[in-house]
Amino acid sequence: MKILIVEDEPKTGEYLRQGLNEAGFVADLAATGSDGLHLALHGEYDLVILDVMLPELDGWQVLASLRRRGLEMPVLFLTARDQVEDRVKGLELGADDYLVKPFSFAELLARVRTILRRGRGGGLDSNVLRVADLELDLLRRRVTRGGKRIDLTAKEFGLLELLMRRQGEVLPRSLIASQVWDMNFDSDTNVIEVAMRRLRLKVDDGQPVKLIQTVRGMGYVLEVPQEP
Amino acid sequence: MLRRLSLIRRLTLFFTLVAASVVLGLGGLFMTAADRHFIDLDRSVLQDKQHLIDDILASANSAEDLRWRLSEALNHHHGLFARVTTPTGQALFQTEGFPEPDRWLLPEHETLLHALTREQHGQRQYRTQQFRAQAQYAPEAPLVITLAMDTIHHRHFLDDLLRTFAVYALAAILVSGLLGWAAVYYGLAPLRAIKAHAAAVTAQRLQACMPVQAVPAEMADLAQTLNQMLERLQDDFRRLSEFASDLAHELRTPISNMLTQTQVTLATPRENAAYRDILASNAEELQRLARMVADMLFLAKTERGVDLPHKERFMAADEARALLDFYEAVADDKDIRLTVQGNGSIEGDRLMFRRALSNLLSNALRHAPAGGHVRIMVAERPAGTEVSVDNDGEDIDPQVLPRLFDRFYRADPARAHPTSDGAGLGLAITKAIVEAHGGLISVTSAQGVTCFSMVFPHSDE
Repeated sequence: MKILIVEDEPKTGEYLRQGLNEAGFVADLAATGSDGLHLALHGEYDLVILDVMLPELDGWQVLASLRRRGLEMPVLFLTARDQVEDRVKGLELGADDYLVKPFSFAELLARVRTILRRGRGGGLDSNVLRVADLELDLLRRRVTRGGKRIDLTAKEFGLLELLMRRQGEVLPRSLIASQVWDMNFDSDTNVIEVAMRRLRLKVDDGQPVKLIQTVRGMGYVLEVPQEP
Repeated sequence: MLRRLSLIRRLTLFFTLVAASVVLGLGGLFMTAADRHFIDLDRSVLQDKQHLIDDILASANSAEDLRWRLSEALNHHHGLFARVTTPTGQALFQTEGFPEPDRWLLPEHETLLHALTREQHGQRQYRTQQFRAQAQYAPEAPLVITLAMDTIHHRHFLDDLLRTFAVYALAAILVSGLLGWAAVYYGLAPLRAIKAHAAAVTAQRLQACMPVQAVPAEMADLAQTLNQMLERLQDDFRRLSEFASDLAHELRTPISNMLTQTQVTLATPRENAAYRDILASNAEELQRLARMVADMLFLAKTERGVDLPHKERFMAADEARALLDFYEAVADDKDIRLTVQGNGSIEGDRLMFRRALSNLLSNALRHAPAGGHVRIMVAERPAGTEVSVDNDGEDIDPQVLPRLFDRFYRADPARAHPTSDGAGLGLAITKAIVEAHGGLISVTSAQGVTCFSMVFPHSDE
């Protein structure tokens, strides 16, 4: 998967590139709007991450040029201004998502994966999600681990479903709050921590392999832990 | 163009114009009256002479006798001229110096001509009167009598008068313009005083300083309004600078923590795990900072009173239940009962309302003791829809209550930095949201129950 980052702040751009590369993407960096447009036109990228404030051409203009030339790859906007007009403008111009600076990298990564998965049409949907010996049956709304039934509340089920669908991805708290509870703002509570602790108690307690892990400073991930 | 003139110049100009029109008007009136008075005088003199001539005509028994008597009666009159002609135009009698006799021909068959006319004659001016009359000795042929009166001395008098008056009028207009200027200049002195005071106002010295007592009543109002404006500005400015210093203060501690931690870590080589630990801790701290900045921005934007982004009508209890779902785990964990009662509709921004209520709930859950109760109550009141959140817990000092909504205020300084606690902006944000909806927020704490109440006014339809 190739991703183009257009960002004029060198440190941010470089870290984004490194982070995305390490997350398994091929990421290129352009520092100006016109460089970015040039690369985007010829590089066959699967996604463009576009800063709004750019020298030469701004983000809006780059996006408009891309769409005018029939390039329909998804675009994620980075904006420093949390203005409704900005969002509306970006979405009207055909952006797929936006993030307000400062954002956490985990958040960006999660959004990038969401967008790219959306692009693939979610073809591997099945009724049962499996990670190691943990099974989640979407139709019967049942969860078992090692064949043993686990009773979950509705929200715990939703939370586990999210973690399993995106196994191996570190999910930031804000994304979890938004996807499971539809809480689209940062709240200064430990709700996610508490909910995770309770879910973990039901899923991992007494098991030799702990599937739900906390990644400090980033969020939570569900995966089979690698041997140290 | 008039708008560009200063007020003083403009008023002076008006004064001068008013004075000029009054003086000139009066002068014109006076001149006309004098003129009319002279005409009346002339007329009565000429009529006297007409009667005299009529008498002489009635008693004269021959042309010779008539001529003699007329010359007796008229020749010694200075400035008065008379001429008597036969119907054929032959002069029977003419006083000395009668001006240009040919001009005074009377058309035939008219008894009375211009009763009184004014004739310009070279340098001279005459008032004339002509009439026909019959002489007693020859009644069949009426004579034409022409009287003329030199009025030059009237003219001289009027001209003198006009000159004197013109000089006086010019002086009067000038003086009144000058006086007008002085009156306006000194009259506007309070305005200059206000201006001087306004010039002294700077961001640092915003105190209300307009001299309300020292200026006249009309301007006291203006001064008072300006003072009120200054007070509001000062208030806003104080809030703004407090905001900035709060922010700097709040940022200083975490930044210096991180800096120290990072530098200590860099000072000696360490295990990878130790680096990871430090980075993770830094990331947590930075996330907190980022959220604080975002919260501050949100607060600044909301307090600035921008329009609500998405206005819609929604049921308060539905939103409360969605939040209950969210906080369920935390409540369960602390064994706190969470309930929602009542319902009511609110017109406003759904997301902002959720955020406001969420902050209250999170606050209530934090302070309720294990096994306690947190209730959300929605009720329609006359003033609007009231949404209140109350929790069991220790009473809060009444003196502290109003300060709860201050930015960065933490009731318990010892608990300034627990991980679950935010930056101390939650209640300030809630207050800003409620106020952005035109509502009111209040808090009470008594008998082991603390209750926050938000009232959202009904929309006027």
